[in-house]
Amino acid sequence: MSSVFEIIGGILLLVGSIFLFLGGLGIFRMPDVYNRLQAGTKATTLGGMSLILGVGFLMVETSWVWMVKAIIIVIFIAFSNPISSHALARAMYKRKRYPIITSKDENMDAYKDVIENEKKEEES
Amino acid sequence: MTYIIYIAFSFMIVGLLFAAIRFINGPTAGDRSVALDTLTTILVAGLVLLAYVFQRYIYLDVALVYGVLGFIGVIVIARYLEGAL
Repeated sequence: MSSVFEIIGGILLLVGSIFLFLGGLGIFRMPDVYNRLQAGTKATTLGGMSLILGVGFLMVETSWVWMVKAIIIVIFIAFSNPISSHALARAMYKRKRYPIITSKDENMDAYKDVIENEKKEEES
Repeated sequence: MTYIIYIAFSFMIVGLLFAAIRFINGPTAGDRSVALDTLTTILVAGLVLLAYVFQRYIYLDVALVYGVLGFIGVIVIARYLEGAL
Protein backbone atom coordinates (compact mmCIF):
# COMPACT_ATOMS: atom_id res chain seq x y z
CA MET A 1 0.00 0.00 0.00
CA SER A 2 1.62 3.15 -1.18
CA SER A 3 1.05 6.50 0.47
CA VAL A 4 -0.09 9.78 -1.07
CA PHE A 5 3.47 11.13 -1.36
CA GLU A 6 4.62 8.10 -3.34
CA ILE A 7 1.73 8.47 -5.82
CA ILE A 8 2.52 12.19 -6.30
CA GLY A 9 6.22 11.38 -6.72
CA GLY A 10 5.57 8.66 -9.28
CA ILE A 11 3.33 10.91 -11.39
CA LEU A 12 5.89 13.76 -11.28
CA LEU A 13 8.66 11.33 -12.25
CA LEU A 14 6.76 10.02 -15.29
CA VAL A 15 5.84 13.54 -16.47
CA GLY A 16 9.46 14.70 -16.05
CA SER A 17 10.93 11.80 -18.00
CA ILE A 18 8.43 12.29 -20.84
CA PHE A 19 9.36 15.98 -21.07
CA LEU A 20 13.08 15.13 -21.10
CA PHE A 21 12.42 12.73 -24.00
CA LEU A 22 10.49 15.45 -25.85
CA GLY A 23 13.41 17.84 -25.39
CA GLY A 24 15.83 15.36 -26.94
CA LEU A 25 13.43 14.66 -29.81
CA GLY A 26 12.94 18.38 -30.47
CA ILE A 27 16.66 19.05 -30.58
CA PHE A 28 16.97 16.24 -33.13
CA ARG A 29 14.08 17.21 -35.40
CA MET A 30 14.01 21.03 -35.48
CA PRO A 31 15.49 22.77 -38.56
CA ASP A 32 17.19 25.84 -37.08
CA VAL A 33 19.45 26.94 -34.21
CA TYR A 34 16.75 29.10 -32.60
CA ASN A 35 14.09 26.38 -32.88
CA ARG A 36 16.52 23.91 -31.32
CA LEU A 37 17.15 26.34 -28.46
CA GLN A 38 13.40 26.70 -27.92
CA ALA A 39 12.78 22.95 -27.86
CA GLY A 40 15.93 21.83 -26.12
CA THR A 41 15.98 24.35 -23.28
CA LYS A 42 12.38 24.95 -22.19
CA ALA A 43 11.24 21.32 -22.33
CA THR A 44 14.27 20.04 -20.44
CA THR A 45 13.90 22.78 -17.81
CA LEU A 46 10.35 21.65 -17.01
CA GLY A 47 11.29 17.97 -17.24
CA GLY A 48 14.33 18.21 -14.98
CA MET A 49 12.52 20.29 -12.34
CA SER A 50 9.55 17.90 -12.31
CA LEU A 51 11.71 14.76 -12.08
CA ILE A 52 13.91 16.09 -9.27
CA LEU A 53 10.85 17.23 -7.27
CA GLY A 54 9.37 13.77 -7.86
CA VAL A 55 12.41 12.10 -6.29
CA GLY A 56 12.11 14.52 -3.37
CA PHE A 57 8.45 13.56 -2.89
CA LEU A 58 9.27 9.85 -3.08
CA MET A 59 11.72 10.08 -0.15
CA VAL A 60 9.98 12.77 1.94
CA GLU A 61 8.79 10.24 4.55
CA THR A 62 12.25 8.72 5.00
CA SER A 63 14.40 11.80 5.51
CA TRP A 64 13.96 15.55 5.06
CA VAL A 65 17.47 15.90 3.54
CA TRP A 66 16.23 14.61 0.16
CA MET A 67 13.57 17.31 -0.18
CA VAL A 68 15.93 20.14 0.84
CA LYS A 69 18.66 19.12 -1.63
CA ALA A 70 16.09 18.53 -4.39
CA ILE A 71 14.69 22.06 -3.89
CA ILE A 72 18.25 23.48 -4.03
CA ILE A 73 18.91 21.71 -7.36
CA VAL A 74 15.51 22.84 -8.73
CA ILE A 75 16.25 26.49 -7.85
CA PHE A 76 19.67 26.22 -9.50
CA ILE A 77 18.18 24.75 -12.71
CA ALA A 78 15.48 27.43 -12.79
CA PHE A 79 18.17 30.15 -12.62
CA SER A 80 20.93 28.68 -14.81
CA ASN A 81 19.08 27.20 -17.80
CA PRO A 82 17.45 30.42 -19.14
CA ILE A 83 20.74 32.30 -18.68
CA SER A 84 22.69 29.82 -20.80
CA SER A 85 20.03 29.74 -23.55
CA HIS A 86 19.96 33.55 -23.63
CA ALA A 87 23.76 33.73 -23.97
CA LEU A 88 23.73 31.14 -26.78
CA ALA A 89 20.99 32.96 -28.70
CA ARG A 90 22.85 36.28 -28.42
CA ALA A 91 26.10 34.66 -29.58
CA MET A 92 24.37 33.11 -32.60
CA TYR A 93 22.81 36.46 -33.55
CA LYS A 94 26.14 38.27 -33.29
CA ARG A 95 27.71 35.64 -35.58
CA LYS A 96 25.12 36.72 -38.20
CA ARG A 97 23.26 33.40 -38.26
CA TYR A 98 19.68 34.47 -38.83
CA PRO A 99 16.54 32.29 -38.64
CA ILE A 100 15.36 30.38 -41.72
CA ILE A 101 11.76 31.56 -41.44
CA THR A 102 11.75 35.37 -41.39
CA SER A 103 8.80 37.67 -40.92
CA LYS A 104 7.59 40.32 -43.40
CA ASP A 105 7.26 42.83 -40.57
CA GLU A 106 10.30 45.10 -40.46
CA ASN A 107 9.77 46.04 -36.82
CA MET A 108 10.07 42.38 -35.77
CA ASP A 109 13.87 42.43 -35.53
CA ALA A 110 14.22 44.84 -32.61
CA TYR A 111 17.71 43.68 -31.59
CA LYS A 112 19.30 45.02 -34.81
CA ASP A 113 18.86 48.63 -33.64
CA VAL A 114 20.53 47.85 -30.32
CA ILE A 115 23.62 46.42 -32.04
CA GLU A 116 23.84 49.40 -34.45
CA ASN A 117 23.61 51.86 -31.55
CA GLU A 118 26.39 49.96 -29.75
CA LYS A 119 28.61 50.20 -32.86
CA LYS A 120 27.96 53.96 -33.16
CA GLU A 121 28.84 54.50 -29.51
CA GLU A 122 32.07 52.55 -29.92
CA GLU A 123 33.08 54.55 -32.99
CA SER A 124 32.33 57.98 -31.48
CA MET B 1 7.46 1.46 -8.18
CA THR B 2 10.23 -0.50 -9.91
CA TYR B 3 8.41 -0.35 -13.27
CA ILE B 4 8.08 3.45 -13.02
CA ILE B 5 11.86 3.72 -12.55
CA TYR B 6 12.41 1.49 -15.60
CA ILE B 7 10.04 3.55 -17.78
CA ALA B 8 11.64 6.85 -16.68
CA PHE B 9 15.15 5.55 -17.42
CA SER B 10 14.12 4.32 -20.89
CA PHE B 11 12.57 7.67 -21.86
CA MET B 12 15.67 9.53 -20.64
CA ILE B 13 18.07 7.23 -22.49
CA VAL B 14 16.19 7.67 -25.79
CA GLY B 15 16.28 11.47 -25.32
CA LEU B 16 20.01 11.29 -24.55
CA LEU B 17 20.58 9.32 -27.78
CA PHE B 18 18.75 11.93 -29.90
CA ALA B 19 20.68 14.80 -28.29
CA ALA B 20 23.97 12.91 -28.72
CA ILE B 21 23.28 12.40 -32.45
CA ARG B 22 22.75 16.16 -32.78
CA PHE B 23 25.92 16.75 -30.74
CA ILE B 24 27.98 14.52 -33.07
CA ASN B 25 26.82 15.72 -36.49
CA GLY B 26 25.43 19.19 -35.84
CA PRO B 27 26.25 21.49 -38.79
CA THR B 28 27.70 24.42 -36.82
CA ALA B 29 29.30 25.06 -33.44
CA GLY B 30 26.10 26.65 -32.14
CA ASP B 31 24.12 23.45 -32.69
CA ARG B 32 26.72 21.45 -30.79
CA SER B 33 26.71 23.82 -27.82
CA VAL B 34 22.89 23.78 -27.68
CA ALA B 35 23.03 19.98 -27.68
CA LEU B 36 25.66 20.11 -24.90
CA ASP B 37 23.31 22.22 -22.77
CA THR B 38 20.49 19.72 -23.27
CA LEU B 39 22.79 16.78 -22.49
CA THR B 40 23.88 18.45 -19.24
CA THR B 41 20.30 18.95 -18.03
CA ILE B 42 19.25 15.38 -18.89
CA LEU B 43 22.35 13.98 -17.16
CA VAL B 44 21.67 15.99 -13.98
CA ALA B 45 18.18 14.48 -13.84
CA GLY B 46 19.67 11.02 -14.47
CA LEU B 47 22.15 11.43 -11.60
CA VAL B 48 19.30 12.39 -9.24
CA LEU B 49 17.35 9.30 -10.30
CA LEU B 50 20.47 7.14 -9.74
CA ALA B 51 20.74 8.61 -6.24
CA TYR B 52 17.18 7.40 -5.59
CA VAL B 53 18.02 3.94 -6.97
CA PHE B 54 21.07 3.56 -4.71
CA GLN B 55 19.29 5.20 -1.70
CA ARG B 56 22.21 7.56 -0.96
CA TYR B 57 21.40 11.25 -0.55
CA ILE B 58 25.07 12.25 -0.77
CA TYR B 59 24.88 11.54 -4.54
CA LEU B 60 22.63 14.59 -4.97
CA ASP B 61 25.70 16.77 -4.36
CA VAL B 62 27.37 15.13 -7.35
CA ALA B 63 24.40 16.15 -9.52
CA LEU B 64 24.54 19.74 -8.23
CA VAL B 65 28.30 20.09 -8.90
CA TYR B 66 27.91 18.57 -12.38
CA GLY B 67 25.15 21.08 -13.14
CA VAL B 68 27.34 24.01 -12.01
CA LEU B 69 30.29 22.86 -14.14
CA GLY B 70 28.12 22.31 -17.24
CA PHE B 71 26.52 25.75 -16.83
CA ILE B 72 29.92 27.47 -16.58
CA GLY B 73 31.17 25.55 -19.64
CA VAL B 74 28.18 26.57 -21.78
CA ILE B 75 28.53 30.23 -20.71
CA VAL B 76 32.24 30.24 -21.60
CA ILE B 77 31.57 28.62 -25.01
CA ALA B 78 28.83 31.17 -25.74
CA ARG B 79 31.09 34.12 -24.84
CA TYR B 80 33.82 32.67 -27.08
CA LEU B 81 31.44 32.26 -30.05
CA GLU B 82 30.26 35.83 -29.52
CA GLY B 83 33.83 37.08 -29.90
CA ALA B 84 34.12 38.65 -26.46
CA LEU B 85 36.94 36.50 -25.07
